[in-house]
Amino acid sequence: MKPQNDFRRRCGLLLVAALMALPALAAQDTARNLAATCTGCHGTDGYARPGMPALAGRPAEGLLQLLAEFRSGARPSTIMQQIAKGYSEEQLRLIAGYFASRPAAPGAGS
Amino acid sequence: MSVSRRSFLQAGAGIAAILAAGRAPAAVIGKPRVVVIGGGFGGATAARYLSLWGAGKVDVTLVERNPEFISCPVSNLVLTGERSLDQLRFGYEGLTARGIRVLRGEVAAVDAAARTVKLSDGSTLPWDRLVIAPGVDFRAVPGVDSEQIPHAWKAGPQTLLLQRQLAAMADGGVFAICVPKAPYRCPPGPYERACLVADWFQRTKPKAKVLVLDANPEIVSKKALFARIFAERFPKHLEYIPNSELMEVKGRSALLEFDTVQADVLNVIPPQQASAIARLAGLVNVNDRWCDVDWRSMEATATPGIHVLGDACFPTHTMPKSAHMANQHGKLAAAAILATFDGRAPDPAPILMNTCYSYINAREAIHVSSVHAWDEAKRTLMPVAGAGGLSAAPSEEEGGYAAGWARNIWFDTLG
Repeated sequence: MKPQNDFRRRCGLLLVAALMALPALAAQDTARNLAATCTGCHGTDGYARPGMPALAGRPAEGLLQLLAEFRSGARPSTIMQQIAKGYSEEQLRLIAGYFASRPAAPGAGS
Repeated sequence: MSVSRRSFLQAGAGIAAILAAGRAPAAVIGKPRVVVIGGGFGGATAARYLSLWGAGKVDVTLVERNPEFISCPVSNLVLTGERSLDQLRFGYEGLTARGIRVLRGEVAAVDAAARTVKLSDGSTLPWDRLVIAPGVDFRAVPGVDSEQIPHAWKAGPQTLLLQRQLAAMADGGVFAICVPKAPYRCPPGPYERACLVADWFQRTKPKAKVLVLDANPEIVSKKALFARIFAERFPKHLEYIPNSELMEVKGRSALLEFDTVQADVLNVIPPQQASAIARLAGLVNVNDRWCDVDWRSMEATATPGIHVLGDACFPTHTMPKSAHMANQHGKLAAAAILATFDGRAPDPAPILMNTCYSYINAREAIHVSSVHAWDEAKRTLMPVAGAGGLSAAPSEEEGGYAAGWARNIWFDTLG
C-alpha cells in the first residue's frame, strides 16, 4: 500500500543520513562500554563507594599513566596489573578519557 | 495495513523521532519497551543501565518475584555471625527512582512471536526487547529436603537455617559441604564457606571439623591458593576430598559412589541448571540445562529478540557464574539493545571483566580476576592471554577490597 511504501522510502533516506553520523556515536559508545567494565568495582561512572578508588573527574593523563604502569608491571598492585593487561593501550586511553569527562562528584556538573 | 511497531523500531529510534513530528499515527510512536525478568545482579543492572544510557528514551519494566534483593556475595560471613543478613538486604527504590517500573510478580508465559510476557495475575506486558536473567534452579538429589538439609546457595532463609544448624552443632561435630560438578553458581563459594567455618571452629568449637566432599576432581576455583590455605591455616579443622560426587542422602549420611560419610550438619549444594523461566521461554539449548547466547549482545541463540544474562547462560571459555559477570552481562545487553533501537549494530568486539573476592576469615581475602574479549575466529569471548590471575597470598588489604567491591557492585547494580 502506498502509505507504507512511502514510509519505507523515507526510512531508507533517513537511515542513510543516520549512518553518516555513525562513527562519532560509535566511538562514544565504545569508550562508555569499556569504562563500564570498571564500574562493578569503582562505582557507576567512576563514582566509587567507600573502599575503592574513585575515578570520576580524574585528569585523563594521570589515569592513563597509572593504567599504563599497571599494564607494564612498573607499578605494584594486588589486582590492577592483572586487569590492565587485558586491555590495549588504545582501550585504556578511551577508558581514561571517559572517566576524566565525568564531573568530579555526582551533581557537581550537569 | 498499518505500519507495525516492530518495523518502525527496526527503522531506528532516531528516525522515529523525526517521523513522529510528521505523519505516523500517534499510537505507533512512543518509547521502545524492554521487559526485564529477574532482579538479581544481571537483571537489575540491565534495567538500570537501559535507563541510565537510554536517558529516558526507553520504557523499562523489571519483573521480580521477591520483595527485596538479598546479596549472595558476602552471605558466607552470615553463617559465622560476622555479618547479619539484614546488611545484605536491598530494596529496588534506586531503580524506581530512575523511572523503572518494578513489578512484583511471577511469570506465567513468554510469547516470543507476539512479543509479550504474561504474569500469573493475568496481566500482559508487551515488549520490543525481552531480557531474562532467571538465575539457577537446583536439580533434585535423592533424599535431600532443603528444609532439613540446606543448600544456603540462595541467600535468605536458607542462609539463616544453616547458620542455626552450625550454631547448634556440638564441639566435636562434623560439618560436610557437598560441592556439585561444575559449572555451578559462584565457583569459589564452597571453598570460601569451608575456610570461614573452619576459622570459626578453630575459635569456638576446636574439636569440630569441616569436610569438603567435592564432586570435581580438584578445587574448581583459586585452586593453588585454596589448597595452600587449607593445608597451612586449617590443618586440623578442614579436610578436602575430591571425586566425591553425592548420589543420595539418608538421614545425615552422604552416600558417595564408594563411600558413606556421616555428618552432624550436612550442606548439600545441588547440581544446577537455568531456572524454569528460561525453559518456559524455550531458551534452554545446551545440555538440556543452559542457554546459549551471542556474546556480542547476550541475545539467545534460540530466540532472536530475547537476551539472557547471568548464571543461566552456558558459560564461554573459563567464564565463571559470578555476580560480577552477571553485572557485566547486564551492561553488555543494555548497550546492545540501545544500539539496536538506534538502528546501529551492537559493539562488534566487546570486552568483559571478572573479579571474585573470597574471604578466608573475617579479615583476609583472596581474588581471582580475568578479562574476556571477543575472538572473531572463534566467534565467542575468550580469556585474554597474559591478563587476569590470582592473589599472591591472602591479605587484610584484599579483605578491605572485598568489602569495597561489594559496596560498589551493589551500587552499580541497584543504584
